[in-house]
Amino acid sequence: MYRYDEFDERFVRERVTQFRDQVGRRLSGSLTEDEFKPLRLKNGVYLQLHAYMLRIAVPYGTLSSKQMRQLALIGERYDRGYGHFTTRTNLQFNWPKLRDIPDILDLLADVEMHAIQTSGNCIRNVTADHFAGVAQDEVEDPRPTAELIRQWSSLHPEFDYLPRKFKIAVTGAEHDRAVIKAHDIGLRILRHPDTNEVGYEVIVGGGLGRTPMIGKVVREFLPKADLLAYLEAIMRVYNLEGRRDNKYKARVKILVHEIGTEEFSRRVEEEFARLDGPSVNADPAEVARIAAYFAPPAYEALPATSGAFEAARAGNPDFARWVETNLTPHRQPGYAALTISLKPIGAPPGDATSEQMRVVADLADEFSLSEIRVTHAQNLVLPHVKLSDLFAVWQRLGEAELATANAGLITDIIACPGLDYCALATARSIPIAQALAQRFADPVRQKEIGVLNIKISGCINACGHHHVGHIGILGLEKRGIESYQITLGGDATENAAIGEILGPGLAAEDVPDAIERIVSVYLAQRQSGESFIDNVRRIGLAPFKAAFQDSNREVSHAVA
Amino acid sequence: MAAAKRPALPVILLANDLLDGDVVFAAGDANGLRWSRDPGAALVGDDDATADRLDAFAAAELGNQQVVDAYLVDVAIEDGVPVPRHYRERMKTTGPSIRRDLGKQAELPLAQAFLRA
Repeated sequence: MYRYDEFDERFVRERVTQFRDQVGRRLSGSLTEDEFKPLRLKNGVYLQLHAYMLRIAVPYGTLSSKQMRQLALIGERYDRGYGHFTTRTNLQFNWPKLRDIPDILDLLADVEMHAIQTSGNCIRNVTADHFAGVAQDEVEDPRPTAELIRQWSSLHPEFDYLPRKFKIAVTGAEHDRAVIKAHDIGLRILRHPDTNEVGYEVIVGGGLGRTPMIGKVVREFLPKADLLAYLEAIMRVYNLEGRRDNKYKARVKILVHEIGTEEFSRRVEEEFARLDGPSVNADPAEVARIAAYFAPPAYEALPATSGAFEAARAGNPDFARWVETNLTPHRQPGYAALTISLKPIGAPPGDATSEQMRVVADLADEFSLSEIRVTHAQNLVLPHVKLSDLFAVWQRLGEAELATANAGLITDIIACPGLDYCALATARSIPIAQALAQRFADPVRQKEIGVLNIKISGCINACGHHHVGHIGILGLEKRGIESYQITLGGDATENAAIGEILGPGLAAEDVPDAIERIVSVYLAQRQSGESFIDNVRRIGLAPFKAAFQDSNREVSHAVA
Repeated sequence: MAAAKRPALPVILLANDLLDGDVVFAAGDANGLRWSRDPGAALVGDDDATADRLDAFAAAELGNQQVVDAYLVDVAIEDGVPVPRHYRERMKTTGPSIRRDLGKQAELPLAQAFLRA
């Protein structure tokens, strides 16, 4: 894992001191709310419905056990004993008091964490594949790239007041688990087909929200050494030409869309050619220094299989089911990456109590080289567990209600906080997720349905990624009541797609039946081994629309 | 910020406390207004004069750096209790619907009464 150097440490500490002073001036009345708001947002402090909210950055989703324990402590001491992991792999506390936030930031700085640039019109927390360094389909670990971007973009003077927020994601694998095509910039590490050199495919202009777009490839192959200069060229074109007159048209996706990919790309290349590359690109020694922190840990040389593991699996059907859904093969023989579901049936997706955080931290220390990952699907990962330890880990997770066997299945639902907490929300998200999880709780049925991603947002801003859910649910207000719009066919992977609306909005209580109808069409029409999303692609929307509209006619509460 | 357009009467004034973010309600009588954390204590403005007073109190208190995000909310009187007509503001006066152990609903009986709505 990356460790702060003296510069990082000083930078974060100075920022805490600065914010402590700003809070003091706010409380004494020398700063008005209008003056203070942009300052607090730059430090991750929002005002939500019931309280302030603090959003803490978890860069590229990597956490140490020590950091997780500190989050548990903060949750207990300054919040209500729990936190919420988000689709940007951040952690949100829902109840901090403004006066306590400087102390919280000091506690974060003690473990090399902060809340800088988790809000505001700047480059946000950089995300990456949660199986970075572990995945078998990986060309290269994306985290050194993400860390380099984090350092470059932190308080970058030229890009601190962009037209709008800016999100970057990196993957080093063939299979995209970081949703790179729905980011302002998505980077895919790949090998050049002719030279075998490692470089980046650069994708720009993806994004969800009010105007969902899939990112466009603006550079098929960028040599690794040119990364920062090329990013700087993109940011300059955007900073100069992105619209500042209309916040709904201010994201880079709108610029790319309006001038076209080719023209955008041409302007970036022009700027890139003009830039003094060597003065912008990172010093190779610094790149090597960062990369060294992400070198593979000290694995033991183990056989590829474990007799104890196979015996436990054969003797315990519940364990076998969990292994089937929550385990990911590891590149190191004898190890596995395991997904800790934060989606127990009926619980708010992504929430973890301080006790649960400590259990995960303890397990990471004992069994996963002290490392934890946060996924954009609001789950946690222990990335380096020996096969022979899996049964013990599973039992301990079970005692903490963390052993739900549903990773990737229909009850592994992404949901934003929605109107239960969020001041921007137009409807609730979490109760919909809870009702759906309860409806589809039966493990046999979940297995039969297979991989199916439901993603729920409580407003058009799409924090719940509903556009790229196989089934997406968007909560809106219609004539004073909550109404839910269902989309179908979205995809968050390398085959990224925006879902299409199935029909009129539904009342909350009618959503589970509607989803049931959609699933029934799939089960009736699928071919052997065909996943839900493949089935939707093959047969098209029409059969699902018909079933959806039938269900819509039957219910009396449908909202037009 | 007070709402640009005043909602239909009757109204209450709510805001978030500057220091801790908790939702607060303008309470009091003809002699003066103060902030209360109890929605049941909210002063109901059922005429233009009272609504004007609430508006003026909001502006003054925003200026005094006591509260943030102060605005008038239209309510219905149910069993003598002012209940916001809009579900968003009802949520704000109770707490998260998925965690009845948190927020005002966990502490204040009158907030619990709002849950009926």
